[in-house]
Amino acid sequence: MIWVDTIIQGILLGGLYALFASGLSLVFGIMRLVNLAHGDLIVMGAYLILLLVTILGVSPFLAALIAMPVMFCLGWALQKFLLNLTLGDDILPPLLVTFGLSIALQNALLETFSADSQRLPTNALTTASVQVGPISLGVMPLLTFGSAVLVIVALNQLFYRTELGRAFRATSDDPTTASLMGIKPANIFATATGIAFVIVTIAALYLGLRANFDPSIGPARLVYAFQAVIIGGLGSLWGTLLGGIIIGVAQTLGAAINPEWQILAGHVAFLLVLLVRPRGLFPRAND
Amino acid sequence: MAHLHAPLLKTAGLIAHYGDFQALFGVDIELNAAETVAIIGANGAGKTTLMRSIAGILRNQSAAVSFDGQHIGAQPADEIMAQGVAMVPEGRKLFPSLSVEENLLIGTYGRKSGGHWTLDTVYDLFPILRERRNNPGTALSGGQQQMVAIGRALMSNPRVLLCDEISLGLAPVIIKDIYKAVPAIKAAGASLIVVEQDISQAMAVADRVYCMMEGRVTLSGAPDTLSREDIHDAYFGASH
Repeated sequence: MIWVDTIIQGILLGGLYALFASGLSLVFGIMRLVNLAHGDLIVMGAYLILLLVTILGVSPFLAALIAMPVMFCLGWALQKFLLNLTLGDDILPPLLVTFGLSIALQNALLETFSADSQRLPTNALTTASVQVGPISLGVMPLLTFGSAVLVIVALNQLFYRTELGRAFRATSDDPTTASLMGIKPANIFATATGIAFVIVTIAALYLGLRANFDPSIGPARLVYAFQAVIIGGLGSLWGTLLGGIIIGVAQTLGAAINPEWQILAGHVAFLLVLLVRPRGLFPRAND
Repeated sequence: MAHLHAPLLKTAGLIAHYGDFQALFGVDIELNAAETVAIIGANGAGKTTLMRSIAGILRNQSAAVSFDGQHIGAQPADEIMAQGVAMVPEGRKLFPSLSVEENLLIGTYGRKSGGHWTLDTVYDLFPILRERRNNPGTALSGGQQQMVAIGRALMSNPRVLLCDEISLGLAPVIIKDIYKAVPAIKAAGASLIVVEQDISQAMAVADRVYCMMEGRVTLSGAPDTLSREDIHDAYFGASH
């Protein structure tokens, strides 16, 4: 029974990793841009929520809701005025620029908020648990997982049911022909990054509610997010959720055997999946 | 009075470069309202470059392209499309991630004009597409893909339709099918510029023909005023 419990906890943890990864997956899927600052942006989001909680005295959930439009605008502007300039046939410029952005963000956060670790204030709800048969499930992990599924369902609806989604897919296929349809690729990319930043805000909320954070932890979140995206198959959103779950289960199983093996087990699972399926579980046909 | 007779679309001294290579050397063409103009010429004559320049994929001096009395040469493709100049690009260029119907719907993204062309009227024009509406665009035969590409451009109810090599790589019987759509397209109010390698097809469909060679217009006129010899010389260069 303890194994079933461990696996379920791992699946729920996978929801957090899927939240980390969804924004990365969205941006990569549409413009083949790998944002190396993604983890640091999540940490920045967590600080923004903390700031709003402190100043306005609201709950972290309400603070995240307020932060979302702010983050959307930040993402839109970042893409429109910086990252769009790096897109082209060469994959190196976006990597270098986002790597630089990562370092700049870490240092800016360190200057502003110091190296002290922080946590979003939790109330009774966030430490509560529900009993399902013999297994006790934390409300917070359940909320995290539910949010991850909701985010992915919402993104799929957006992609396959709306005009904006059609424009996303068309621009991803062929920006030049998309412009003949009246689409401005630069604005489509900016909107996509804006949406990714909204997801980053949701990821930041759960990051800050579940554990301590400080300015240096971004790159490790990026690694988990990256692994989830690659296991799932680049650009596939449901694949990203499954990738997150695989990393999460591997980590909790590893930790159950020996606490020192938690992080290592996640990396080993990642390598094993790549050995069997080098292009991930749900690769896109036209990549 | 003068502007009533002004052409709907014209290029004036249009030049275009790809890096150091100059592809167009001062091209002047005109398209009048309700007219169909064909552009013929050998490979590399600059026909596709001319289309891409008009559509805004290649940017120019503002005055090099005029549409409806406005200089549009410096505008990007999405803004030109929004004013009613739609293009069927060479090679069809359907979006592989989109179904046939989604490929048609995306054609209205930048211009929702509420004219004759809707999903229903495009399906009436090319009935086979109604059957294949949920297939990926790229799962269709070449001729059907070309119908999607034309339908996609029509969905915005353009005032000018640029057709770049719509018969390229298609069987003659399919080409005939596709050209059957031209009267309906004209009846719905579009003027056409058709780039065509098949000279007899171009002569049959066009009110006027421009022949291009090495980035210049070498001959122009109504089809019945041009002799085969004139066209041969304009197409390949006078050999003697």
